[in-house]
Amino acid sequence: MHKKVAQDKYQHHDYYGIDALLTEDHLLARSAVREWVKKEVSPIIEDYSNRAACPTHLFKGLADIGAFGPSLPMEYGGGGMDEIAYGIIMQELERGDSGIRSMASVQGSLVMYPIYRYASEEQKQKYLPKLGSGEYIGCFGLTEPDHGSNPSGMITNIKDMGDHYLLNGSKMWITNSPLADIAVVWAKDEEGVIRGMVVEKDMPGFSAPEIHGKWSLRASITGELVFEDVKVPKENVFPDIKGLKGPLSCLSKARYGIAWGAIGAALDCYDSALRYSQEREQFGKPIGAFQLTQKKLAEMITEITKAQLLAWRLGSLANDSKATPAQISMAKRNNVDMALNIAREARQIHGGMGITNEYPVMRHMMNLETVLTYEGTHDIHLLITGMDVTGFNAFK
Amino acid sequence: MNSLVCISKTPETTAKISFNDNNSQFDTEGVQFIMNPYDEWYALVRALEAKEQHGGEVTVINVGPASNDVVIRKALAIGADKAVRVDTEANDAFQVASEIANYAKTGNFDLIYLGKETIDYNGAELGAMIAELLDIAYISFASKMEVDGNVAKIERDIEGGIEVVEVQTPFVISAAKGLAEQRIPNMRGIMMAKRKPLEVVPSSSVQAKVSVKEYKLPEMKSGVKLVDPDNMDELVRLLSEEAKVI
Ligand SMILES: Cc1cc2nc3c(=O)[nH]c(=O)nc-3n(C[C@H](O)[C@H](O)[C@H](O)COP(=O)(O)OP(=O)(O)OC[C@H]3O[C@@H](n4cnc5c(N)ncnc54)[C@H](O)[C@@H]3O)c2cc1C
Repeated sequence: MHKKVAQDKYQHHDYYGIDALLTEDHLLARSAVREWVKKEVSPIIEDYSNRAACPTHLFKGLADIGAFGPSLPMEYGGGGMDEIAYGIIMQELERGDSGIRSMASVQGSLVMYPIYRYASEEQKQKYLPKLGSGEYIGCFGLTEPDHGSNPSGMITNIKDMGDHYLLNGSKMWITNSPLADIAVVWAKDEEGVIRGMVVEKDMPGFSAPEIHGKWSLRASITGELVFEDVKVPKENVFPDIKGLKGPLSCLSKARYGIAWGAIGAALDCYDSALRYSQEREQFGKPIGAFQLTQKKLAEMITEITKAQLLAWRLGSLANDSKATPAQISMAKRNNVDMALNIAREARQIHGGMGITNEYPVMRHMMNLETVLTYEGTHDIHLLITGMDVTGFNAFK
Repeated sequence: MNSLVCISKTPETTAKISFNDNNSQFDTEGVQFIMNPYDEWYALVRALEAKEQHGGEVTVINVGPASNDVVIRKALAIGADKAVRVDTEANDAFQVASEIANYAKTGNFDLIYLGKETIDYNGAELGAMIAELLDIAYISFASKMEVDGNVAKIERDIEGGIEVVEVQTPFVISAAKGLAEQRIPNMRGIMMAKRKPLEVVPSSSVQAKVSVKEYKLPEMKSGVKLVDPDNMDELVRLLSEEAKVI
């Protein structure tokens, strides 16, 4: 069925005047990305999501607008912006769709960031400008079929063959993998130490089949990574970083972006619900005039406001390089959970219309089930905070 | 080809419009502002295209207070080379046109661009006034322009069709839809904009000639009435007695 796409009427909501804490750059970045989303994403997203197709043409647009690694230095293909700007960009992208935000998170925080941080200068020059410009698409392989929440149990491994390494194993749930030109892969060496490396698409023995049947993040492509005796040149292995802290530092970067991004999805649901509640009439008055609807809306904007303040403070800490992984974990967990609850409540306010793709709410709700799960599940993040405050490790 | 692009700040199209001081002042409380779309999407971008094709420099100018700087920065982020803000409140078209003309006299501009109108006051007066004050030609409602040396061939939107005119630089051109395509600033542009010059110049103290006494909002539109398809008599009655169209 071909329908005329409804106009994206989204307006920003800033109940506590948090904009006053932002700089001119932040506001400009926000309005630019919002315009881009309204122009490029909103008109097509329901269709792509419906067909479970990835709008691959948007990679170039994301690169052009500067959504890949905005807080990395300009000379390495980044935008040279601060962490709050990075957060704001993720927020506006996820306001459009969590899948589009994921395309940018993976490219910037999980692929460009580790290469920038851990690869040799030569490797940086080789990959970063092409990743920043969208010429290369990257993916990040940490999760395995049998090791999700517990990545340290991974079995993917490398063997030193003298002039190269031999990589074997497989990765699961890898965003962008079927399209990727390069993969940042984490595998254990012969001593059982986790190492990071860049694997290129056409290295023999490497394949990346797509995973089908997702009811969530449908506009983002997900796949496996399969390595059968892949020869990885020695210079492709990150020289200095060893152990789980390598991938975890990347996850912290991406989780930080998600803590901001989720607010975007929540804002879009709230915005749609608020407008619907003022227009839709039942029993002779707008449904927004009923107390139960008001309770929902009042709680939504309260939770959004709290999440905005949390994200802003986290951003200030990150700008001073003081945001701890546990603080980032808390914001990721809280803000995604907040967004998912808001999506569910907003769906109710839309009544039957809420289950259709006339409104963005159900799509956000389904997307957020992934966002709640990847980059550490909600419960794993509870354990991170739990361990941080009690000193007891409850993971195992 | 050196261009001067006049940019102004307007309320966002979705802003709720209200007035205070006996309906004589626009109430800006809670209103979000944007660059006037005709200035941003068409005038500025066409000036940038001309620069890309023929070289030169693009300067943007705004008459207004410091709170307009964010809109000016956006123009720099989109690609203008430098900006000028004449530091005074904009009160009427004559005052603004005079300030811009006075500044334009100090530079060497081949072309002065502006949007065909602002989306708030819809005055569409400024271009003609600037051209008059500078004693140069004015081409309004331009939807296409080709430049060859110092001659420009321009298509103008006129009632029911298009007029093609030719003019020599310098001239003033007001941009309509079609003159160029919107460009969204990217993050690099935003960061570069910080390093571009935004010169604040004092006003030449031109007095406004017109002042607003009162604004009146249009009457509220009444809701849609649905008439049962079987009830044609009622439809005819409503069309004749209420809508008074038959
Ligand atoms: C669409 C999508 C895209 C993804 N993209 C990527 C990607 O690009 N790269 C990548 O590496 N990974 C990616 N992932 C993987 C994601 O990070 C994992 O799915 C996630 O870490 C959870 O792992 P799992 O699915 O194996 O679940 P499991 O770890 O098996 O967890 C199942 C359940 O058990 C709970 N659980 C596990 N351990 C404990 C414990 N100790 N205490 C209490 N509860 C526990 C979990 O909270 C969860 O509820 C993606 C996932 C999805 C769905």
